Amino acid sequence: MVIKVVLILGVALGGGALMRSSGGARHQAVRRLLLVGFVVVAIVSVLDPSLITTVARWVGVGRGTDLVLYLLFILVLGFMASTYRRFRDMERQLTLLTRRLALDEAMLPDPPETERPLESDGSARG
Amino acid sequence: MPDVWVVVPLYNEAQVIAGVVRGLRTAFDHVVCVDDGSHDASAEQARSAGAVVVRHAVNLGQGAALQTGIDYALRDPATRCVVTFDADGQHQVDEAEAMARRVLDGESDAVFGSRFLDSRTRPGLLKRLVLKGAVVYSNLTSGLHLTDAHNGLRALSRSVCEQLELNQNRMAHASQLVEQVGRTGSRVVEHPVHILYTDYSRSKGQSLLNSVNILAELFFK
Repeated sequence: MVIKVVLILGVALGGGALMRSSGGARHQAVRRLLLVGFVVVAIVSVLDPSLITTVARWVGVGRGTDLVLYLLFILVLGFMASTYRRFRDMERQLTLLTRRLALDEAMLPDPPETERPLESDGSARG
Repeated sequence: MPDVWVVVPLYNEAQVIAGVVRGLRTAFDHVVCVDDGSHDASAEQARSAGAVVVRHAVNLGQGAALQTGIDYALRDPATRCVVTFDADGQHQVDEAEAMARRVLDGESDAVFGSRFLDSRTRPGLLKRLVLKGAVVYSNLTSGLHLTDAHNGLRALSRSVCEQLELNQNRMAHASQLVEQVGRTGSRVVEHPVHILYTDYSRSKGQSLLNSVNILAELFFK
């Protein structure tokens, strides 16, 4: 069964690549555990497709492929959510960094004596 | 007005910013333009017209620019009031001056410009509906009773500014600002202002579709 070898290799390679990426320790560990589970399920489903169908029947889904599809929905949504959150955090950091940079670059408002305009209308109006 | 800083968020407004700054400088001693990563000559124009320019290295959005400008103004220990003013020339200097005076005189801690207090400003029907929707929302979340939520002309006291922490970088910052001011329990009044919808400001103004983004940003913070 060539397709089985190809699929298992693909999943294993993809999983291995994801394993090596770095991030926060706890999240990283959880992600790795989930990933191992995903890889195992993927391999099992390739070796014995009928197993997925059996599981699907247990949980009340007609076919194994449908179950896989539903799980993928959830996976994709979870991925989108975590990616969105990470981007938002990054944007917040970028904002703080840029603001700090901008303010440091501009330095303090010039010492009041030099900043205040020379025209006398300043004090008259203020 | 030596104890007032005018904060102008600036993004690609080279055509008009010099005139806006010059107008402001007739009434205010201090104008800071926060150049939000403009690609044109906005920063040079603003500087030559007499404004201090603080430059964001990358474009972050108007809310971020506003917060940067306020932070800058607060670095001046003499600051007692901060006025926010749009860069496209749709606000009027004498109204900004009157609003700042209401803060300096201690009448109020936050003076929000409103285009709906009188009938001088005439936005289109659809725009009016969207703006009114924003008002309803922002009154619900802030506990304030304003008639105009998305007006760029405001005068805020130093103590209000010190409590602001805008992190809605894009347009939702206007609602967020009202919400945060509401939470401080400050005295808030509205001041009738006239928005000049010129061809220029219309061409630069945000599309109504953007209100979808504003809503999404507010609900899914």
